Amino acid sequence: MISWLDIIVQGILVGGFYALFATGLSLIFGVMRLVNLAHGDFIILAAFVALAIVHLTSIHPLLCLIAIIPLMAVLGYVLQRGILNRTLGKNILPPLLVTFGLSIVIQNGLQLAFSADSQQLPMGNLTVASVQLLPGLNVGLYPLGVLVTAGAVIFGLQMFLYKTPLGAALRATSDDSTTIRLMGIDNRHIFGLAAALSFAVAGLAGVLIGGYTNFSPVSGPSNLLFGFEAIIIGGLGNLWGTLIGGMILGVAQAVGAEINPGYQVLAGHIAFFAILLAAPRGLFPRMAA
Amino acid sequence: MKEASPSFLKKRSKKLLQRFAPRWAASGPTRREADQKFFGSFFQKRTFFPAALLLCAVLPLFGDNSDRQLGLEFAATLTLATLWNLLAGYAGVVSIGQQAFVGLGGYLLFALVVFAGVPALAAVPVAAVACGVIAIPSARLLFRLRGPFFAIGSWVLAEVFRLAFAQISSLGGGSGMSLPIMSILAISHSRPDRLLLFYILSAALALATTALVVALLKSRFGLGLTAIRDSEPAAASLGVDVMWLKQVVYVVVASVTGLTGALLFLQNIRISPDSAFSVNDWTANIIFIVVIGGIGRLEGPLIGCLVFFGFRAAFADYGAWYLIALGVLAIAMMLLAPSGIAGLLAKKSNQKASGA
Repeated sequence: MISWLDIIVQGILVGGFYALFATGLSLIFGVMRLVNLAHGDFIILAAFVALAIVHLTSIHPLLCLIAIIPLMAVLGYVLQRGILNRTLGKNILPPLLVTFGLSIVIQNGLQLAFSADSQQLPMGNLTVASVQLLPGLNVGLYPLGVLVTAGAVIFGLQMFLYKTPLGAALRATSDDSTTIRLMGIDNRHIFGLAAALSFAVAGLAGVLIGGYTNFSPVSGPSNLLFGFEAIIIGGLGNLWGTLIGGMILGVAQAVGAEINPGYQVLAGHIAFFAILLAAPRGLFPRMAA
Repeated sequence: MKEASPSFLKKRSKKLLQRFAPRWAASGPTRREADQKFFGSFFQKRTFFPAALLLCAVLPLFGDNSDRQLGLEFAATLTLATLWNLLAGYAGVVSIGQQAFVGLGGYLLFALVVFAGVPALAAVPVAAVACGVIAIPSARLLFRLRGPFFAIGSWVLAEVFRLAFAQISSLGGGSGMSLPIMSILAISHSRPDRLLLFYILSAALALATTALVVALLKSRFGLGLTAIRDSEPAAASLGVDVMWLKQVVYVVVASVTGLTGALLFLQNIRISPDSAFSVNDWTANIIFIVVIGGIGRLEGPLIGCLVFFGFRAAFADYGAWYLIALGVLAIAMMLLAPSGIAGLLAKKSNQKASGA
């Protein structure tokens, strides 16, 4: 009994990572209908940058976030204004193909720079510490912290989007990016800011996942798929739904892994397809695709 | 202007039409016309297929084993690129999961040979049909996802296949398996003869696929597809059943993709989940080929394949650099010349025609 409870709780905790992957993806899709197929690779890129910083300065990986989050935000803004803005339009092909190309370029670039080996960020004692929830039910402090962080990021984003003038501009751009220009707002700049936010979250997610599991230059796509599944399970455009979607995915994977370690990822994918079959718009839909 | 009678309006609109209609007509050829102009002189001329057939038939007479190997690889790549172009360039279905059917075709072939004792060559068409059948429920499921999300969904499906086949221990699990040697020898005892046969089959498949796409596009069905390519809402408003058409194309493409996969892994003799369902080999490279050659253009895949194989021969020693360069080239192409090399060539030939 307690062992199944344990599995479910572990799965829910892992959901925090998936929600973080998904938030950045969801944000730019919401604002400019852009699906960034390289999102998972940018997460891994951030993890590798953190690895390089740790090797050079031997500071704690979490301290790297001070540098990585702004760096990723700048990268996102520049990439959006320099390349991705040119691909936006009615045709869905250009953004998909350009970001897919970026994904391949990043994977191979990382392979050149860091070799194909698996790596992990040295988080020290942080990843082994645990707290007791119930007698016999211990949860890791680190994934718990990540789940809380994911919740805080989503809460912060909601506050930003609904309580600040800039957030209102982002939402308005999402509704109609042509009309917004009549209001004197440069939609290209807004797109850049949305990408900066998305990449900042990707940077955070990269360092956090890099300290939790092994990663290699080709780990990016699976992050993309998990984040995407969390979005679709939770319902497009609903960030809290995405968090729950991530948890459902995490639980499905944890249950699969309990049956057979080889079923872990497969069980998550199958749960995703089952939910897609039962509720095509996700469990908590808010926005039409 | 109360007195403005309908007849006055009619007259007026007629005048307007006369004034502007010639200007619309003179605003340059539509994409369809430009296409026909270009591939009209390329694929539709009666000389193309006999010439290509002759070329394919004559080439192996001069080559050795490695040339035949290269030739069949080229033909298989061209087939996959032509199919992806039909899917993305004409039907507007962007899939990043075509490796699902390459791998499925390969694995079904192995399963038929190993479990049912089917002769290897006979198993190839059976695997293709089975891929088409499996693609039907897959399409029903995946087409619940719209546009860009379909792309990622198709990738998830391919991952499901990869992970599932890695769990089947009688098919070698995660490390894969080889075809029983007897089933290979039953085709022919001599390796050069087998290579020649596989080469001929792959070349025939590439030609047949191109012919299929040409025939499809010339048909009523193809008119609907071209309409979808040019404008999906407009096509839907004129009574084209967009969703149905897309799903039919998806299933047909899946089946022929499975056929290609079965041939590829029959020739390869070995299969493993990672090689069979490789997103890099069966989708990324194919996408780059189509984008560089010219997406939504019939001759695009052929031009792209020529560039890709030339590029590979020149830079294969540089490993990851070569994939980076290919990716950068594809991105640049998409941004600067979205209709690829074929589009650039067509533009040039149009300029020449109008300049003369």
